[in-house]
Amino acid sequence: MEQATLTDALSFEALLPHLGGMIEDADHKGGELVIRCSTDNIIEVLTILRDEADFAFDQLTDLTAVDYPNRPYRFELVYQLLSITHNRRMRVLVALPEGEVAPSVLPVFNSANWAEREVWDMFGIFFAGHPDLRRLLTDYGFEGHPLRKDFPTTGYVEVRYDDTQRRVVYEPVHLTQEYRDFDFLSPWEGVQNDIEDNAADQEEQGA
Amino acid sequence: MSEMQIRPMTLNFGPQHPAAHGVLRLVLEMDGEVIERADAHVGLLHRGTEKLIEQKTYLQALPYFDRLDYVSPMNQEHAWALSIEKALNIEVPKRAQYIRVLYCEIGRILNHVLNLTTFAIDVGAMTPLLWGFEERETLMEFYERACGARLHAAYFRPGGVHQDLPDGLCDDILKWADKFPEFINDLETLLTDNRIFKQRTVNIGVTTREEALDYGLTGPCLRATGVPWDLRKSQPYDAYAEMDFDVPIGKTGDCYARYLVRIEEMRQSLRIIRQAIENMPEGPVLATNNKVTPPRRSDMKNSMEALIHHFKLYTEGFHVPEGESYTAVEAPKGEFGVYLVADGTNKPYRARLRAPGYYFMAAVDYLCRGHMLADSVAIIGSLDIVFGEIDR
Repeated sequence: MEQATLTDALSFEALLPHLGGMIEDADHKGGELVIRCSTDNIIEVLTILRDEADFAFDQLTDLTAVDYPNRPYRFELVYQLLSITHNRRMRVLVALPEGEVAPSVLPVFNSANWAEREVWDMFGIFFAGHPDLRRLLTDYGFEGHPLRKDFPTTGYVEVRYDDTQRRVVYEPVHLTQEYRDFDFLSPWEGVQNDIEDNAADQEEQGA
Repeated sequence: MSEMQIRPMTLNFGPQHPAAHGVLRLVLEMDGEVIERADAHVGLLHRGTEKLIEQKTYLQALPYFDRLDYVSPMNQEHAWALSIEKALNIEVPKRAQYIRVLYCEIGRILNHVLNLTTFAIDVGAMTPLLWGFEERETLMEFYERACGARLHAAYFRPGGVHQDLPDGLCDDILKWADKFPEFINDLETLLTDNRIFKQRTVNIGVTTREEALDYGLTGPCLRATGVPWDLRKSQPYDAYAEMDFDVPIGKTGDCYARYLVRIEEMRQSLRIIRQAIENMPEGPVLATNNKVTPPRRSDMKNSMEALIHHFKLYTEGFHVPEGESYTAVEAPKGEFGVYLVADGTNKPYRARLRAPGYYFMAAVDYLCRGHMLADSVAIIGSLDIVFGEIDR
């Protein structure tokens, strides 16, 4: 399938002279280079990727996080970079444990401003050096971080307008019907194998 | 008289304000009539789409995409369908690719008509809105004829589109496409050289190329600063590589340039619509891999296997192999991206939706500083903001 027709993905070797000691892991996924680095280096890595003419990643397209409760480094910050000059995309991953503070990349890319506020709001990852790290999408006075895997989809409080008090009141969530989480996952393995077989068949046909 | 320190006046704009394009609360710190700081409070329309998607199968998650940017629903579905196809490595039939391109461009016109005309009403021109909604009505009828719904289409599916176009629809779209340039010309006579419109938009909310990139602006807002960057051209998906169209750019990067870029984009969309209809091949509209796409209704009456496939697909759904991917499309507003983390089950582990409007809204503070209060309305109008996708 010819959908991602990016110009040749950046090779890991090209990065080495500039970022040698700072990359922990590198991988190619779907025509994009994915590198891992630590919270200490992220600002320097992004600055080099932005300023070095060979890379010229001029836009931080997106910054988000993923929660893996079972890993020792619970959260993974994902920085999506786009180079308009070279028509390339790249992804920088930073793993950090719960409670650790990540440095704000706002000095490097202004687009990180609201993205970091959202990550703070949704995952509770604190960004050191962010000038205005307030909650953004959730309600004023909201407690908890909704996109963490241990936060229930139904939430903890619900609101309604109270006629007697003449204001909106917060109450614990009361579900008239129990929350339904359908587990349709098949206990058999056949489906998965079939899809992989099909994918392999199509690759053969395409080649 | 000794100098006095005056506290800036704080002005609350919204949450319910006709020029706020939805539910935006903008807390403005004013020095007289000049904005010193614009603090946007968003999230009043937050529905937790990203969290909900984690609880649904891949197919059940698709209709949520209609509800993000509800002005151009199919363009969002496109990103989701493409990201699943990328992860599963499915081939989409050619006809389905052309139908998708056709409907994405109809979505683009739907979006631009709404944006340009509401922008015009924000700065004082009433008539374009009344004309524009008539055109939108025609376009939404095309949506309805293809998928049965005017807005929340759920038409693009992983592997193609849900059903083939009915007879005669393409001819009607072509007929409409012949008449539509007249509407664009009429719209231009009302706005392009209009003295009031230009006074309100020229040199308002100016961005340079570097600032636009730095603040994460994409789409027409980036092109208005003179960057010829369009994902349909630079990273073509589906049948866009086979389409012949130009990417309009602006020179000044102000509200007026953003308006001009959108006007020209509508004309280019018409070119793509014509090509998509004229070159549309015959054939299936959905991949025939029954582990991912449903079997035909007639097969289900005769084949036990088809019935089982149907049942499994609409209960368990399909499994996506473990891995992460980022897929972006050129939605009418800018780059709409999906960062999909799959864990090998029938539900996404995490789906991050990168909405273009979110970054526009973040840039409002920087764009509004030093401008008059009335200019903030023009800036918000020209950025093309829809709260469905910002708040998610």
